[in-house]
Amino acid sequence: MKARIHITLKSGVLDPQGKAVHHALDHLGFQGLKDVRQGKYIEIDLNETDRAKAMEQLDEMCKALLANLVIERYSIDLD
Amino acid sequence: MKTAVITFPGSNCDRDMRVAIAAVTGQPPQAVWHGETSLPDVDFIALPGGFSYGDYLRCGAIAARSPIIPALIAAARRGVPILGVCNGFQILTEIGLLPGALMRNAGLNFICRDVHVRVETSQSAFTQTYEKGSVIRLPVAHHDGNYIIAPDDLALLEDRDRIAFRYASAAGEIDAHHGINGSVGNIAGILNEDRTILGMMPHPERMIEPAHGGMDGRPLFEGVLGALANA
Repeated sequence: MKARIHITLKSGVLDPQGKAVHHALDHLGFQGLKDVRQGKYIEIDLNETDRAKAMEQLDEMCKALLANLVIERYSIDLD
Repeated sequence: MKTAVITFPGSNCDRDMRVAIAAVTGQPPQAVWHGETSLPDVDFIALPGGFSYGDYLRCGAIAARSPIIPALIAAARRGVPILGVCNGFQILTEIGLLPGALMRNAGLNFICRDVHVRVETSQSAFTQTYEKGSVIRLPVAHHDGNYIIAPDDLALLEDRDRIAFRYASAAGEIDAHHGINGSVGNIAGILNEDRTILGMMPHPERMIEPAHGGMDGRPLFEGVLGALANA
């Protein structure tokens, strides 16, 4: 079973890298950008076949390591 | 006195830290590898600077899940003084022994130079040898020193006098211009609730002998290690 995990900064947390990307896109002439936020995307392939169990495992992984809940939030998509 | 410096893959200030501690105690600290699961019986533990695991995922995130960490947490609970410098500070926040997080510098640049920090409290073993409000000069070398903390937790830090150092001008002014990396309130170092753990971005271990161009870091080691010697 394949999982796709998105980790993004919580709203309200300043994102210097997103700002730099935003600035560069402006510089390239792309217009009308309101905001750019940069995050992480992680793919995990699991042996688990039970969706609920897989989700539980992935949730634990996010809390234990993949995301820092002080500054980040995460979302999990399962195939 | 027994001391230890924990080294992770990618630590690069572990030798500097060992030399600084030995200069003050006269005894070389034990070098502890991250893969070990127990710590020797020591009176002081330091987590050095560097780029553990290449800063993959987040700075300090993978090091904070090393086999040695449960032993470090147990030592922290026993009240063993712990100093985390730079990557060591990042690791302590990732473990949760210190609150908040260290993010990419606001200006996105790697900052490698001497900075001034103001000593915000002398009420800790680490800072007792400095006068509150005094300004010291220490080197920084980091890409991710932008300290962030939830407003409620920041208020708690301030109420409990747990901010150890703030980036300042040479005259001790605290303002955005002297903030260097975007840290909230110019915070450069903080203490835990029990004041036994200090995390800081500047490198006191690189300012302990005249050849370093200054000795402003030495009193920190003399303070915490001297307090132990007298205990």
